[in-house]
Amino acid sequence: MNTEELIDLLSTNIEPVDAQKVVRNLGVAITAGLVLALLTCIVTLGIRPDLDNPGVFGFLLVKIGFGSVVAFVGWHFLLKHARPGGENQSRIFLTAAPFAALMVLAGVNLISVPASHWGHLIMGEDWLGCLLSIPIIAVVPFAVITWAVRMAAPTNLHTGALAGLVAGGISAAAYALHCPNDSVPFIALWYSGTIVLCTLLGAAFGPRLLHW
Amino acid sequence: MRALMIAGLKGDAAAYRALLSELSGHLRAYYRSKLVRAGRGTEEAEDLVQESLMAVHTRRHTYDPTQLLTPWVYAIARYKLIDHLRQSRSALANVPIEDASEIMAADGEPATESSLDLNKLLARLPDKVRLAIQYVKIERLSVVEAAARCGISESAIKINVHRGIKKLSAVISQEKMK
Repeated sequence: MNTEELIDLLSTNIEPVDAQKVVRNLGVAITAGLVLALLTCIVTLGIRPDLDNPGVFGFLLVKIGFGSVVAFVGWHFLLKHARPGGENQSRIFLTAAPFAALMVLAGVNLISVPASHWGHLIMGEDWLGCLLSIPIIAVVPFAVITWAVRMAAPTNLHTGALAGLVAGGISAAAYALHCPNDSVPFIALWYSGTIVLCTLLGAAFGPRLLHW
Repeated sequence: MRALMIAGLKGDAAAYRALLSELSGHLRAYYRSKLVRAGRGTEEAEDLVQESLMAVHTRRHTYDPTQLLTPWVYAIARYKLIDHLRQSRSALANVPIEDASEIMAADGEPATESSLDLNKLLARLPDKVRLAIQYVKIERLSVVEAAARCGISESAIKINVHRGIKKLSAVISQEKMK
Protein backbone atom coordinates (compact mmCIF):
# COMPACT_ATOMS: atom_id res chain seq x y z
CA MET A 1 0.00 0.00 0.00
CA ASN A 2 1.23 3.45 -0.83
CA THR A 3 1.19 5.97 2.00
CA GLU A 4 -0.73 8.44 -0.15
CA GLU A 5 -3.45 5.83 -0.45
CA LEU A 6 -3.61 5.47 3.31
CA ILE A 7 -3.75 9.24 3.80
CA ASP A 8 -6.65 9.41 1.35
CA LEU A 9 -8.40 6.65 3.20
CA LEU A 10 -7.95 8.25 6.60
CA SER A 11 -8.81 11.81 5.62
CA THR A 12 -11.86 11.16 3.45
CA ASN A 13 -15.23 11.99 5.00
CA ILE A 14 -13.89 12.46 8.52
CA GLU A 15 -16.15 13.15 11.42
CA PRO A 16 -15.54 15.84 14.03
CA VAL A 17 -13.81 14.49 17.11
CA ASP A 18 -14.90 14.99 20.68
CA ALA A 19 -11.88 16.72 22.25
CA GLN A 20 -13.21 16.24 25.78
CA LYS A 21 -13.35 12.47 25.53
CA VAL A 22 -10.18 11.78 27.52
CA VAL A 23 -11.13 14.12 30.34
CA ARG A 24 -14.68 12.82 30.47
CA ASN A 25 -13.73 9.13 30.40
CA LEU A 26 -11.31 9.63 33.25
CA GLY A 27 -13.86 11.60 35.23
CA VAL A 28 -16.45 8.90 34.76
CA ALA A 29 -13.96 6.16 35.66
CA ILE A 30 -12.82 7.88 38.85
CA THR A 31 -16.36 8.65 39.97
CA ALA A 32 -17.43 5.07 39.23
CA GLY A 33 -14.33 3.80 41.04
CA LEU A 34 -15.20 5.85 44.11
CA VAL A 35 -18.79 4.65 44.17
CA LEU A 36 -17.72 1.02 43.75
CA ALA A 37 -15.09 1.35 46.48
CA LEU A 38 -17.64 2.85 48.87
CA LEU A 39 -20.09 0.06 48.11
CA THR A 40 -17.43 -2.61 48.60
CA CYS A 41 -16.46 -1.16 51.95
CA ILE A 42 -20.02 -0.64 53.21
CA VAL A 43 -21.27 -4.05 52.07
CA THR A 44 -18.32 -6.21 53.11
CA LEU A 45 -16.88 -4.36 56.12
CA GLY A 46 -19.68 -2.08 57.24
CA ILE A 47 -19.52 1.48 58.55
CA ARG A 48 -18.07 1.91 62.04
CA PRO A 49 -20.88 2.30 64.56
CA ASP A 50 -19.57 5.21 66.63
CA LEU A 51 -19.72 7.98 64.03
CA ASP A 52 -22.12 10.13 66.06
CA ASN A 53 -19.23 10.93 68.42
CA PRO A 54 -17.84 14.33 67.26
CA GLY A 55 -14.20 13.37 67.88
CA VAL A 56 -14.58 10.20 65.86
CA PHE A 57 -16.34 12.09 63.11
CA GLY A 58 -13.54 14.66 62.98
CA PHE A 59 -11.01 11.91 62.54
CA LEU A 60 -13.12 10.32 59.86
CA LEU A 61 -12.87 13.58 57.93
CA VAL A 62 -9.07 13.61 58.30
CA LYS A 63 -8.82 10.11 56.87
CA ILE A 64 -11.28 10.73 54.05
CA GLY A 65 -9.55 14.03 53.36
CA PHE A 66 -6.14 12.39 53.07
CA GLY A 67 -7.34 9.70 50.66
CA SER A 68 -9.25 12.27 48.62
CA VAL A 69 -6.34 14.68 48.34
CA VAL A 70 -4.02 11.87 47.24
CA ALA A 71 -6.57 10.74 44.65
CA PHE A 72 -7.25 14.28 43.49
CA VAL A 73 -3.58 15.16 43.00
CA GLY A 74 -3.06 11.84 41.21
CA TRP A 75 -6.03 12.55 38.98
CA HIS A 76 -4.54 15.91 38.02
CA PHE A 77 -1.33 14.26 36.85
CA LEU A 78 -3.11 11.32 35.30
CA LEU A 79 -4.98 13.72 33.02
CA LYS A 80 -1.63 14.78 31.61
CA HIS A 81 0.26 11.50 31.68
CA ALA A 82 -2.46 9.42 30.12
CA ARG A 83 -2.06 11.11 26.74
CA PRO A 84 0.81 10.56 24.33
CA GLY A 85 3.75 12.77 25.27
CA GLY A 86 2.01 14.06 28.40
CA GLU A 87 4.78 12.87 30.69
CA ASN A 88 7.03 15.67 29.47
CA GLN A 89 5.21 18.49 31.10
CA SER A 90 4.48 17.79 34.70
CA ARG A 91 5.92 18.15 38.15
CA ILE A 92 5.13 14.64 39.20
CA PHE A 93 6.99 14.93 42.52
CA LEU A 94 4.03 16.95 43.81
CA THR A 95 2.13 13.68 44.23
CA ALA A 96 4.31 13.13 47.31
CA ALA A 97 3.13 16.36 48.97
CA PRO A 98 0.06 14.96 50.79
CA PHE A 99 2.20 12.13 52.18
CA ALA A 100 4.86 14.55 53.40
CA ALA A 101 2.22 16.75 55.04
CA LEU A 102 0.74 13.78 56.88
CA MET A 103 4.19 12.63 58.02
CA VAL A 104 4.83 16.06 59.52
CA LEU A 105 1.51 15.94 61.40
CA ALA A 106 2.31 12.45 62.65
CA GLY A 107 5.75 13.62 63.78
CA VAL A 108 4.26 16.55 65.72
CA ASN A 109 1.75 14.18 67.28
CA LEU A 110 4.44 11.72 68.36
CA ILE A 111 6.69 14.40 69.87
CA SER A 112 3.83 15.61 72.04
CA VAL A 113 3.31 12.26 73.78
CA PRO A 114 5.64 10.05 75.82
CA ALA A 115 7.62 7.54 73.79
CA SER A 116 5.95 4.67 75.62
CA HIS A 117 2.70 5.47 73.74
CA TRP A 118 4.34 5.44 70.35
CA GLY A 119 3.94 1.76 69.69
CA HIS A 120 0.21 1.87 70.29
CA LEU A 121 -0.26 5.09 68.27
CA ILE A 122 1.59 3.71 65.28
CA MET A 123 0.48 0.09 65.25
CA GLY A 124 -3.03 0.35 66.69
CA GLU A 125 -5.02 -2.90 66.89
CA ASP A 126 -6.15 -3.11 63.33
CA TRP A 127 -3.14 -2.60 61.12
CA LEU A 128 -3.65 -5.94 59.40
CA GLY A 129 -7.21 -5.02 58.42
CA CYS A 130 -5.95 -1.79 56.94
CA LEU A 131 -3.05 -3.45 55.19
CA LEU A 132 -5.34 -5.96 53.48
CA SER A 133 -8.48 -3.90 52.96
CA ILE A 134 -7.09 -0.85 51.15
CA PRO A 135 -5.31 -2.78 48.37
CA ILE A 136 -8.25 -5.18 47.95
CA ILE A 137 -10.85 -2.39 47.79
CA ALA A 138 -8.57 -0.64 45.27
CA VAL A 139 -8.72 -3.48 42.74
CA VAL A 140 -12.04 -2.53 41.14
CA PRO A 141 -11.34 1.23 40.94
CA PHE A 142 -7.94 0.39 39.47
CA ALA A 143 -9.52 -1.74 36.77
CA VAL A 144 -12.01 0.98 35.83
CA ILE A 145 -9.37 3.71 35.83
CA THR A 146 -7.00 1.57 33.76
CA TRP A 147 -9.74 1.11 31.18
CA ALA A 148 -10.12 4.89 30.84
CA VAL A 149 -6.38 5.55 30.80
CA ARG A 150 -5.85 2.99 28.08
CA MET A 151 -8.28 4.84 25.84
CA ALA A 152 -6.11 7.92 26.21
CA ALA A 153 -3.19 5.97 24.67
CA PRO A 154 -0.41 6.61 27.21
CA THR A 155 3.07 6.38 25.71
CA ASN A 156 4.74 6.29 29.09
CA LEU A 157 3.80 3.02 30.71
CA HIS A 158 4.73 4.28 34.18
CA THR A 159 1.32 5.85 33.95
CA GLY A 160 0.17 2.61 35.62
CA ALA A 161 1.74 3.86 38.84
CA LEU A 162 -0.46 6.96 38.75
CA ALA A 163 -3.54 4.82 38.12
CA GLY A 164 -2.54 2.74 41.17
CA LEU A 165 -2.05 5.89 43.24
CA VAL A 166 -5.50 7.25 42.40
CA ALA A 167 -7.13 3.86 43.05
CA GLY A 168 -5.25 3.61 46.36
CA GLY A 169 -6.36 7.10 47.41
CA ILE A 170 -9.98 6.34 46.55
CA SER A 171 -9.79 3.05 48.38
CA ALA A 172 -8.29 4.65 51.49
CA ALA A 173 -11.04 7.29 51.56
CA ALA A 174 -13.65 4.52 51.31
CA TYR A 175 -11.99 2.33 53.95
CA ALA A 176 -12.00 5.30 56.35
CA LEU A 177 -15.74 4.69 56.82
CA HIS A 178 -14.92 1.38 58.48
CA CYS A 179 -11.47 1.99 59.96
CA PRO A 180 -11.75 1.99 63.78
CA ASN A 181 -8.36 3.60 64.41
CA ASP A 182 -8.14 7.31 65.25
CA SER A 183 -4.43 8.09 65.39
CA VAL A 184 -2.49 10.32 63.00
CA PRO A 185 0.72 8.24 63.18
CA PHE A 186 -1.34 5.13 62.37
CA ILE A 187 -2.79 6.81 59.27
CA ALA A 188 0.61 8.17 58.29
CA LEU A 189 2.11 4.69 58.32
CA TRP A 190 -0.66 2.35 57.20
CA TYR A 191 -2.73 4.53 54.89
CA SER A 192 0.37 5.94 53.21
CA GLY A 193 2.02 2.54 53.09
CA THR A 194 -0.93 0.79 51.50
CA ILE A 195 -1.44 3.60 48.97
CA VAL A 196 2.25 3.36 48.05
CA LEU A 197 1.78 -0.39 47.71
CA CYS A 198 -1.13 0.21 45.31
CA THR A 199 1.10 2.60 43.36
CA LEU A 200 3.85 0.00 43.09
CA LEU A 201 1.37 -2.66 41.98
CA GLY A 202 0.03 -0.23 39.39
CA ALA A 203 3.56 0.37 38.16
CA ALA A 204 4.17 -3.38 37.96
CA PHE A 205 1.01 -4.17 35.99
CA GLY A 206 0.91 -0.94 34.02
CA PRO A 207 3.09 -1.87 31.06
CA ARG A 208 1.02 -4.97 30.33
CA LEU A 209 -2.40 -3.48 31.00
CA LEU A 210 -1.86 -0.15 29.32
CA HIS A 211 -0.19 -1.30 26.13
CA TRP A 212 -2.09 -0.21 23.04
CA MET B 1 0.62 22.02 11.64
CA ARG B 2 -1.18 22.53 14.92
CA ALA B 3 -3.77 24.69 13.19
CA LEU B 4 -4.29 21.95 10.60
CA MET B 5 -4.75 19.39 13.37
CA ILE B 6 -7.27 21.52 15.21
CA ALA B 7 -9.21 22.11 11.99
CA GLY B 8 -9.01 18.37 11.28
CA LEU B 9 -10.42 17.54 14.69
CA LYS B 10 -13.38 19.74 13.87
CA GLY B 11 -14.00 17.73 10.69
CA ASP B 12 -12.09 19.75 8.06
CA ALA B 13 -10.98 16.95 5.72
CA ALA B 14 -8.73 19.11 3.52
CA ALA B 15 -6.79 20.45 6.50
CA TYR B 16 -6.55 16.98 7.95
CA ARG B 17 -5.27 15.58 4.70
CA ALA B 18 -2.61 18.28 4.49
CA LEU B 19 -1.59 17.50 8.05
CA LEU B 20 -1.22 13.77 7.44
CA SER B 21 0.80 14.44 4.27
CA GLU B 22 3.15 16.74 6.07
CA LEU B 23 3.43 14.38 9.03
CA SER B 24 4.17 11.42 6.80
CA GLY B 25 7.24 13.21 5.41
CA HIS B 26 8.56 13.94 8.87
CA LEU B 27 7.80 10.45 10.11
CA ARG B 28 9.52 8.85 7.13
CA ALA B 29 12.73 10.77 7.70
CA TYR B 30 12.55 10.09 11.42
CA TYR B 31 12.10 6.34 11.02
CA ARG B 32 14.77 6.03 8.35
CA SER B 33 17.36 7.66 10.53
CA LYS B 34 16.30 5.65 13.61
CA LEU B 35 16.32 2.35 11.75
CA VAL B 36 19.76 3.03 10.38
CA ARG B 37 20.97 3.88 13.85
CA ALA B 38 19.48 0.61 15.18
CA GLY B 39 21.35 -1.25 12.46
CA ARG B 40 18.21 -2.02 10.45
CA GLY B 41 17.21 -1.61 6.85
CA THR B 42 15.23 1.45 5.84
CA GLU B 43 12.68 -0.66 3.96
CA GLU B 44 10.78 -1.13 7.23
CA ALA B 45 10.35 2.63 7.52
CA GLU B 46 7.25 2.83 5.35
CA ASP B 47 5.43 0.21 7.41
CA LEU B 48 6.19 2.25 10.50
CA VAL B 49 5.07 5.48 8.84
CA GLN B 50 1.75 3.92 7.96
CA GLU B 51 1.34 2.37 11.35
CA SER B 52 2.00 5.72 13.02
CA LEU B 53 -0.42 7.54 10.74
CA MET B 54 -3.03 4.98 11.70
CA ALA B 55 -2.21 5.51 15.36
CA VAL B 56 -2.35 9.29 14.99
CA HIS B 57 -5.71 8.93 13.30
CA THR B 58 -7.33 6.45 15.67
CA ARG B 59 -6.01 8.29 18.75
CA ARG B 60 -6.56 11.82 17.56
CA HIS B 61 -9.11 12.37 20.31
CA THR B 62 -6.20 12.17 22.79
CA TYR B 63 -4.56 15.32 21.44
CA ASP B 64 -5.13 18.22 23.79
CA PRO B 65 -5.63 21.28 21.54
CA THR B 66 -4.19 23.56 24.21
CA GLN B 67 -0.83 21.80 23.96
CA LEU B 68 1.80 21.70 21.22
CA LEU B 69 1.28 19.11 18.52
CA THR B 70 4.90 18.04 18.03
CA PRO B 71 5.47 16.33 21.40
CA TRP B 72 2.24 14.42 20.97
CA VAL B 73 3.18 13.14 17.50
CA TYR B 74 6.71 12.43 18.61
CA ALA B 75 5.53 10.36 21.58
CA ILE B 76 3.36 8.23 19.28
CA ALA B 77 6.13 7.83 16.71
CA ARG B 78 8.64 6.79 19.34
CA TYR B 79 6.15 4.43 21.00
CA LYS B 80 5.52 2.67 17.69
CA LEU B 81 9.24 2.47 16.99
CA ILE B 82 9.96 0.85 20.35
CA ASP B 83 7.13 -1.61 19.75
CA HIS B 84 8.47 -2.41 16.34
CA LEU B 85 12.00 -3.01 17.56
CA ARG B 86 10.78 -5.08 20.48
CA GLN B 87 8.51 -7.23 18.34
CA SER B 88 11.20 -7.88 15.82
CA ARG B 89 13.47 -8.74 18.71
CA SER B 90 16.25 -6.46 17.71
CA ALA B 91 18.54 -4.50 20.00
CA LEU B 92 16.17 -4.39 22.93
CA ALA B 93 14.25 -1.21 22.35
CA ASN B 94 17.17 0.98 23.11
CA VAL B 95 15.72 4.16 21.73
CA PRO B 96 17.29 7.22 23.26
CA ILE B 97 15.03 10.02 24.36
CA GLU B 98 15.81 13.06 22.28
CA ASP B 99 14.33 16.39 21.85
CA ALA B 100 10.90 16.28 20.31
CA SER B 101 12.08 18.89 17.82
CA GLU B 102 14.18 16.22 16.14
CA ILE B 103 11.17 14.76 14.44
CA MET B 104 10.39 18.07 12.83
CA ALA B 105 13.98 18.81 11.84
CA ALA B 106 14.04 16.06 9.25
CA ASP B 107 12.96 16.75 5.69
CA GLY B 108 10.22 14.83 3.97
CA GLU B 109 11.12 12.17 1.47
CA PRO B 110 8.85 10.74 -1.23
CA ALA B 111 6.39 8.06 -0.20
CA THR B 112 7.10 4.48 -1.10
CA GLU B 113 5.12 1.27 -0.92
CA SER B 114 4.82 -0.48 2.41
CA SER B 115 4.62 -4.23 2.72
CA LEU B 116 0.97 -3.92 3.68
CA ASP B 117 -1.70 -4.73 1.14
CA LEU B 118 -4.81 -2.66 1.70
CA ASN B 119 -7.11 -5.05 -0.13
CA LYS B 120 -5.93 -8.02 1.89
CA LEU B 121 -6.31 -6.04 5.10
CA LEU B 122 -9.81 -4.97 4.13
CA ALA B 123 -10.72 -8.54 3.32
CA ARG B 124 -10.17 -9.42 6.95
CA LEU B 125 -12.89 -7.06 8.15
CA PRO B 126 -16.51 -8.15 8.62
CA ASP B 127 -18.61 -7.50 5.48
CA LYS B 128 -20.70 -4.64 6.88
CA VAL B 129 -17.66 -2.83 8.16
CA ARG B 130 -15.71 -3.39 4.97
CA LEU B 131 -18.52 -2.06 2.81
CA ALA B 132 -18.86 1.04 4.98
CA ILE B 133 -15.13 1.75 4.55
CA GLN B 134 -15.31 0.94 0.85
CA TYR B 135 -18.15 3.37 0.21
CA VAL B 136 -17.28 6.21 2.55
CA LYS B 137 -13.51 6.11 2.59
CA ILE B 138 -12.50 4.73 -0.81
CA GLU B 139 -15.33 5.58 -3.17
CA ARG B 140 -15.90 8.83 -1.27
CA LEU B 141 -19.63 8.55 -1.12
CA SER B 142 -21.33 10.67 1.49
CA VAL B 143 -22.61 8.97 4.61
CA VAL B 144 -26.16 9.49 3.35
CA GLU B 145 -25.44 7.71 0.05
CA ALA B 146 -23.58 4.90 1.75
CA ALA B 147 -26.44 4.43 4.19
CA ALA B 148 -28.88 4.19 1.26
CA ARG B 149 -26.72 1.61 -0.50
CA CYS B 150 -26.22 -0.55 2.54
CA GLY B 151 -29.80 -0.14 3.64
CA ILE B 152 -28.83 0.86 7.17
CA SER B 153 -28.97 4.10 9.12
CA GLU B 154 -26.44 6.90 8.80
CA SER B 155 -25.28 6.49 12.36
CA ALA B 156 -24.72 2.76 11.73
CA ILE B 157 -22.50 3.69 8.77
CA LYS B 158 -20.53 6.12 10.90
CA ILE B 159 -20.07 3.51 13.62
CA ASN B 160 -18.97 0.91 11.08
CA VAL B 161 -16.42 3.27 9.54
CA HIS B 162 -15.08 4.13 12.96
CA ARG B 163 -14.84 0.49 13.98
CA GLY B 164 -13.35 -0.49 10.65
CA ILE B 165 -10.50 2.01 10.88
CA LYS B 166 -9.74 0.93 14.42
CA LYS B 167 -9.81 -2.68 13.35
CA LEU B 168 -7.53 -1.96 10.39
CA SER B 169 -5.10 -0.29 12.73
CA ALA B 170 -5.18 -3.34 15.01
CA VAL B 171 -4.76 -5.72 12.06
CA ILE B 172 -1.72 -3.79 10.84
CA SER B 173 -0.11 -4.10 14.26
CA GLN B 174 -0.87 -7.83 14.40
CA GLU B 175 0.47 -8.35 10.91
CA LYS B 176 3.87 -7.25 12.11
CA MET B 177 4.00 -9.70 14.98
CA LYS B 178 4.12 -12.57 12.54
